[in-house]
Amino acid sequence: MPPRLNIVVPIKRVIDFAIKPRISAAKNAIETNGVKFSMNPFCEIAIEEAVRLRESSKDLVESITLVSAGSAKIQDTLRAGLALGADKATLIDIPAIDDSKSLELEPLAVAKLLKAFVEKSNANLVIMGKQAIDDDSNQTGQMLAGLLNWSQATNASKVTVDEASGVVTVAREVDGGTETVSAPLPLVITTDLRLNTPRYTKLQDIMKAKKKKTEKITPEDLGVDVTSRLEIVSLSEPPKRTGGGKADSVDALIGKLKGVGAI
Amino acid sequence: MVSRIDTLALRYKVIRQFKQLLLMGREYPRGYRYFRDNLHAGFKKNAGLTDVKEIEQKLKFAEHIEREIAALYSLRKYRAMKQRYYDGDQ
Repeated sequence: MPPRLNIVVPIKRVIDFAIKPRISAAKNAIETNGVKFSMNPFCEIAIEEAVRLRESSKDLVESITLVSAGSAKIQDTLRAGLALGADKATLIDIPAIDDSKSLELEPLAVAKLLKAFVEKSNANLVIMGKQAIDDDSNQTGQMLAGLLNWSQATNASKVTVDEASGVVTVAREVDGGTETVSAPLPLVITTDLRLNTPRYTKLQDIMKAKKKKTEKITPEDLGVDVTSRLEIVSLSEPPKRTGGGKADSVDALIGKLKGVGAI
Repeated sequence: MVSRIDTLALRYKVIRQFKQLLLMGREYPRGYRYFRDNLHAGFKKNAGLTDVKEIEQKLKFAEHIEREIAALYSLRKYRAMKQRYYDGDQ
């Protein structure tokens, strides 16, 4: 009996990629008031991959469940994910983690929440973004695999499932090239930019998504303590770009380039 | 002779296409207002059409615009991500 994929796709709501984050007046947090939020681009790629697996072969994918942790505002992001093709969504409600406090929910806490959720939901495959564009941790997927004691294939640029054997082959983007790994289910895959190009939502799908099942649970339901262990000591913007200089002649240009060691 | 059902179906198609484009206009780099005004103008210009063939042609064009905009957004996001996370590799 060929295995059916029960996929969990954890997603994250982040400040929109096109917006430059600013540090708030209090100098201790990122300014989130009135700022546009959207789904982490790597998470969109994860949802797209799950949907493509479903489209590639009838009956291969049993269900695609989205999950995200934080405040109620995440519902919008979950609904956007449902419109992209997921079947159901769960919000792990942590009211204290509102937009301005998102850095206080650390990768290890998220991994613990996800471990409990994945075990509860009987999943055999987790596809998630390799990192979030706000904290750029690139840790949660790896930690999750460790906690679950599952195989992991991170920075995936291609995923193939052998339906007969349940072995998943993943091409990974590593320094210096591509590495191919394979493992039987269950496993955790984190997505690289080159895995796929997500589709744009259709209005009809947004309508259909309203009927899809969403549920709310708490960290207590999962038995996880999400207290942060790290303290943010300071936040500062990168140094402003200083103006460039002008060179009068080719010789002067060469002189300047030599001066900075460029040639 | 085109039946009333056919023209109704076509009408719904046009309205749906309009709404889809309006939805996509929210992320337009030059602003939602600019996009919406141009979208309105474009559809209004052809509001008087009655020939089914002509309407279907314009509808195809609208679908083409939809694909172009989706491609624009995709590319913009891809390029931003690539520049931030991958340029500097090798």
